[in-house]
Order: sequence, then structure tokens, then C-alpha cells
Amino acid sequence: MREITIGQFIPGNSVIHRLDPRTKIIITFAYMILLFVLNNFYGYIFPVSFIALAILLSGISVRYILKGLKPLVFIITLTFLLNSFMIKGRVIYELGPFDITYEGLSQGAFMAIRLVLLIVGTSLLTLTTSPISLTDGIERLLSPFKKVGVPAHELAMMMTIALRFIPTLLEETDKIMKAQMARGADFESGNLINRAKNLVPLLVPLFISAFRRADDLAMAMEARCYRGGENRTRMKELKMTALDVSTYAIFMVFAVGAIISRFMW
Amino acid sequence: MSIDIKNLTHVYMPNTPFESTAIKNINWTVKNGEFWGLIGHTGSGKSTLIQHLNGLLKPTSGEILIDGKSLGGKRSSLKAIRQKVGLVFQYPEHQLFEETVEQDVAFGPKNMGLSQDEIIKRVKEAMELVGLSYKEVKSKSPFELSGGQMRRVAIAGVLAMKPQILILDEPTAGLDPRGRDEILEEIVDLKQKQNLTIILVSHSMEDVAKLVDKLAVMYRGEIVSQGTPREIFRDYKGLVEKGLGIPQITELMIKLKEKGKNVSQDILTVNEAKAEIMRLVRGKSLA
Amino acid sequence: MKIAAEIVALDVHYQYAGGNSLALENINLKIKPGEFVAIIGPNGSGKSTLAKLFNGLFAPTKGDILVDGLNTKNKDDIWEIRRKAGMVFQNPDNQIVATIVEEDVAFGPENLGIPSEQIRRRIKEALRIVELTDFADKAPHLLSGGQKQRVAIAGILAMKPDCIILDEPTAMLDPVGRKEVITTVKKLNQDEGKTIVLITHFMEEAVQADRVLVMEKGQVVMEGRPTEIFSQVEKLKKLGLDVPQVTELAFQLRTAEIPVRYDILTVEEMVDYLCQLI
Repeated sequence: MREITIGQFIPGNSVIHRLDPRTKIIITFAYMILLFVLNNFYGYIFPVSFIALAILLSGISVRYILKGLKPLVFIITLTFLLNSFMIKGRVIYELGPFDITYEGLSQGAFMAIRLVLLIVGTSLLTLTTSPISLTDGIERLLSPFKKVGVPAHELAMMMTIALRFIPTLLEETDKIMKAQMARGADFESGNLINRAKNLVPLLVPLFISAFRRADDLAMAMEARCYRGGENRTRMKELKMTALDVSTYAIFMVFAVGAIISRFMW
Repeated sequence: MSIDIKNLTHVYMPNTPFESTAIKNINWTVKNGEFWGLIGHTGSGKSTLIQHLNGLLKPTSGEILIDGKSLGGKRSSLKAIRQKVGLVFQYPEHQLFEETVEQDVAFGPKNMGLSQDEIIKRVKEAMELVGLSYKEVKSKSPFELSGGQMRRVAIAGVLAMKPQILILDEPTAGLDPRGRDEILEEIVDLKQKQNLTIILVSHSMEDVAKLVDKLAVMYRGEIVSQGTPREIFRDYKGLVEKGLGIPQITELMIKLKEKGKNVSQDILTVNEAKAEIMRLVRGKSLA
Repeated sequence: MKIAAEIVALDVHYQYAGGNSLALENINLKIKPGEFVAIIGPNGSGKSTLAKLFNGLFAPTKGDILVDGLNTKNKDDIWEIRRKAGMVFQNPDNQIVATIVEEDVAFGPENLGIPSEQIRRRIKEALRIVELTDFADKAPHLLSGGQKQRVAIAGILAMKPDCIILDEPTAMLDPVGRKEVITTVKKLNQDEGKTIVLITHFMEEAVQADRVLVMEKGQVVMEGRPTEIFSQVEKLKKLGLDVPQVTELAFQLRTAEIPVRYDILTVEEMVDYLCQLI
């Protein structure tokens, strides 16, 4: 559990860190859409160079970002294999009932690259944006929709609290797990049903603790005069700067390039 | 049972920006039947160290010998070790999960694969050992008990496995003075009746002064001194620098000595201090 | 300096919903502006319940609580009461809302609708008082227990309260953390003029207050200056409470007919006394 790097924030003061979170969220979304617009390998030049530039500017080591892919290697491989086997076309090799085709391999690789780029892009967002400014950004982006009943403030508050308590609950999970292992519990062997059953000694205390914490927190928030989003001010007011504007411009160059690539090859 | 720790080092999250060395070069021997206190500031590595003793954590380097046998990686042997080395975590009541007290205490013995009769016998014994009446409490939900009682149930859950070494991580944290004294008395009782080897992790210098035979002091991941409480508490200034203290009464005597009074500094309890002061008072009135 | 608020309890009773006995019974007390009051008592004696009544988290079943003249039963005044009488809880982890220290300190003022510029000034000031200025941009879960508790105190300070109620703020801390928190609390009282209500199990902490209240079974059973309370060693022990070792020694010496003065509470005072004696 300690090995997971996705979703972690590495504090810093790079250009990427200093961008308005709304800019980063919007561009990440646009970048994701772009990945789905592409229809050939050459087109990848644009998002790859864009994300490479962003990583370079962020000062975060490439090795560390690639480590974030580790827990997802399975999904990436699965995507590759499924595509490789499922697509009909020129057969390269026969493997029992399955045919490996040229089209399959190329499609599999295409999908796998897309997935890798998706993950790298989103992890760059979370690595360079503190959770709190991320939720701030989401809250601001959603606030125009408040009128149609989107609870922007509540959603953001829930996310903030969730983010705040993830490390606490992970630590707690680790502790309860060890305490039960010290009493001979086994979380690692047995079949699926047994394993699920063995989780009871972990999950019950974890839920009880989470509820107790929620109770405490609700009371502490109330004691600090929390009464929803009405009339609430914010310490950090988000402001778009020249930096944000130029970021949008640079992204547009890559995006236009990528879109053109659709028709070039 | 004895524990022998040789050059133990543990590094968390190696090769990441979050890498940190929790303990380094620990050498420590706990002989059969000894009662040890383990003290150190928060983050000094106490928890990391004790989790190695029953194989919950694996050494990054170094070795742990339990009764001369090395703690290896094979699961079967780990299970056996966890029965012999009982570990009571901080706030152990947070691990309770069963519907009744009896079932919860039985969790450990059940995992050992004992017979139903043996399990019940052990549950009874363990509950009595921590001062809970089996008859009255066994069918209650652990969650309707008071904080002190819940903690006893949790300790009984470890004792029911009949460990030969018992490690308690701050067993009195968060209890009120009465609850604390009761738990400590039961630990002393256990020591005498069951002849256990005990390691008590504690922040309370008053408690360890009263209870343990030997103390190990941890500081920034290392064991920096070992000895009897009297030996350890002599170094008042050193302990304060390490974020620790000494019992108030010991501090009092050391300060008297500093003022040039001819008192012993090896005082651990109020009664000892009283006797020492009375000795001097009498001496003065005779002179 | 502004005069800090006073808290008055008039004939207060409290019963938990579904509880079959009174959690608090017949509480009458007055906490004066600028006073430092410690409340001690065994678990279940009603200390925490009383604290929650002071802050308007619970309303008395019978009787009234007045904070600076405002009745906690009055719904319109409740937010002003909570601002005036801020509250710090036992578990440092369960009262920190945000993932960055300064964001958490900002939480209270944000709720009060304070403008951004002013919030920043308040955060700076609050973090300076609790001596955590360098930790403004750290993640709370990486701090020590004592530091987290001081973050919680800063979060209350940023709301500019007159009174701070601390409900066993040191129960889950190690000795270093305890010392940090108590030093901070004393500073708030002496330098910032805040009224302090400190609930604690640790007698060494209660000794430092101006006045000590002892609770048992929902009632205030003893009240007085620390010297008055802690000289009654046997009575305290009967209640299941501790006495500091120095006080215990004074008591023991008295039984041996050495007339130790009753106002001796600290190691230094005892050293001075014994130096004259022997």
C-alpha cells in the first residue's frame, strides 16, 4: 500500500505547480479527450511531446512517474492482450483458438500507449497540485452549475475530507491488520470466499473507527462554526495569470497539431 | 523464551522520495523471564522495533533470534512465532470486532486450530487473568463495555494464545488514573503467575520506574542505552535532551543532591524518597 | 486588551437522549474572564459533557449556560457563542479538516465569512502564537501529536475567541507533546489574556491552573485553588485520581509528623523547602 504513488502530491514551486488548478484540470481533461481523438501512431508525437515538456518543467523525476504505472501494469497488459487477440485480420501466429493478427497487435499497442499516456497525464496533475487546490479548482469549475442543483461546495468538502483522511485510514488499516495478524489472522491465503470472510476482522474495526472519526469530525467542524457553503469566504482566491494564458496557448498548438495529424496520415 | 537482536535495520519505502530509516543497528538481548521497559520519544522507532519481534515486519538487514532460532520468512514458522510472541498494540480495543466478548477473545485460539474445549478453557483463563468475570461478561458485546474493560478484552485476546513473551505498546494510553493502575497491576500479576517475559513500551517514567527490571532507551532509531531504571535515570539531562524525562520524585532527589544535600540519587518511588528524607531529618535532629 | 468572556452555569442538568441517569446534575459555576480553570475527574464523571455545554454543542436539559451573557439555548446566538468559546478536542487527528496546515487554520475564519486578506493575517498571527509558522504549508498527518494539537489551537485562535475550552487535549500525546500543548495553553492565558477551561487526567497540568474543579458522577465535588485541592491527597485518591509525586511525598512526610507546608506543588518548591529542613 505504501508503494502506490498515484494520487500523491509532491510539493514544489515549478511552473507547473504554480498554475491555477482550474487550468491544470481543464488542460488535463482536454489532453484526455485529445488522446481519444487520435487515430494513428504518428499523432502520439503531440501528446507525448506535450506531456514530456510538462514533466520536464515540473521537476519531477521520470522514474518516479513511471513507478506510478506499476500497479496498473496488469490492466495495461490486459488491454494489450485483449486487443491483440480479439481483432481479426492478417494472421501472424495461431495460438489454440486465438489468432494473433497484425491488426490486433497494432491496435493493442495503440490502446496500451493511450492508457499509459492517460495515467501519466493524470498522475502529473495530482503530483503537482495539492489536493486542496484540486478540490478548490473543481468547486470553482462546478459553481456555475449550482443553480441547476449541483452541490459544488458539498462535493468539494467531501473530497477534501476524504483526501485528508485517506492517509489516516490507510495507517489505521495497516495497524488493525497487523494487530489481527498478531492474533493469528491470515489475510493472504485461502480461496476467494475464505479470503473475503477473513476480512471481517479487518473491516468491522475499520468501519467502527471511521464512523467514530466522522462523528468527532462533525462535532469539531460544528464547534468551528461550519454551516455549509453559504456566506463562506475562502483564504485562497484563485486567479488566472499570464502563466495560465500562455499554458492554454501552448496546449492549443499541440492540440491543433494532433487534430491535423488525423488527416495527414 | 529469549530474544536476540543482531544489527537490525529497517528502512521504510526504500528507493522513493519518502524513504526513511526507522531503526538502525539495533543490538538487544532479552533473556527468559525478564521484564523490560522500552522508552523513547515518538518516532524513535519503538513500534517498528517491536513489530519485528513477531515477524510483522521483516528486517531490511540484520537478524532476530527467538530462542536461538532465526526468524525466517516461511509462513508456517511465522504463525508459530506469533503464538509465542504476543503483541498488544496501542489502543488494542480498536481491533475488537466480534459480536460477543467470548468470541472475540476466542479469535486467536481459533486461528491456532485448537479444539472447542481447549478454546473455551483458554478464553476463561485469559479473561480471569485480566480481571474480567467470564460469567458476567462473556455474552456481552465488546462495544457496550467501558474503555478500560474493552482494553482488557483486547489484552485477553492476546493472552488466550498463551504467549511466552508478551509485548505491550503503551497499554495505559488514554485511560484515567484508576484504569491505568488496574491494568498495570494486572500486568505485574501476569508476570508473577505466568512467568512471562515482558516488554513494556511506555511514555510514563513513573510507571516503568515502578515496574520493570531493565530499561532500553531509543533515540532516533537506535538503542542508545540499556540498564536498570536506577542506572538509566541517573542521566537526567541526557534523557531530557532525548525528549524523555525521569520520574518527578527522582528529579527532586537529583536536584537536592545538586544543592549539596547528601541524598541518594537512586530513588524511584515516593516511599524510597520518604525513607531517605527521614534518614536525613533524623540525622540532623541527632546532631 | 479586551476583557475575555465569562461563562456561567445556572443549575445545569443534562441527560443524554436514551440515557437513564443524569450525566450532569445541579451544576452551578462561574468562570471569570481571564481565568485558567482546570477540570479533573475520573472517566464518566461528566467533564467532557460539561465542556460541550459551554460551547453550545449540547443544550442543558434543565438550567442555563451563559457565555458572555449569551444563552446557549438561543439558536440565533449559537454561532457567536461558538466563536467566543472555541473548543479543542481530544483526538488531534479527528479535528483537522484540511490537508495543509494553513488551510486548516483558515477553516474557522472562512466559516465566519472573514475576507481573504484578513484571514491570511489571522493565520499568520495564530501560527506565530502556537509557534508553528514554519509548518504553514505542511501536511497535518506528517506532524507530531503535539504539533497537530497546536494546529487545532491555532484554528480556534484564528476565530479570535475570548475563551478556549480544551477537552483532554493531551490524553493521546507523549510527554513532549503534552508539554508543548500545556506551554501553549499557559501562554494563551498569560500573554493573550484568553480564558482557559482545561479538562485533563494529568494532575501536573491541573496544578498550573488558577482554580481546579473536581467532578464525580455528574457533580462538582471539590473546588478551589490547586494548593487547596491537592493537599487533600486521600480524598483525591478515593475518587480514583492521581496526585503528583511531590504532593504525595508532602502527604507522606506529614504523616511522619514533618510539617510540610500545604502550598508546595512543584519540584522546585519542594527542593527549596527540603533544603531548609535537612
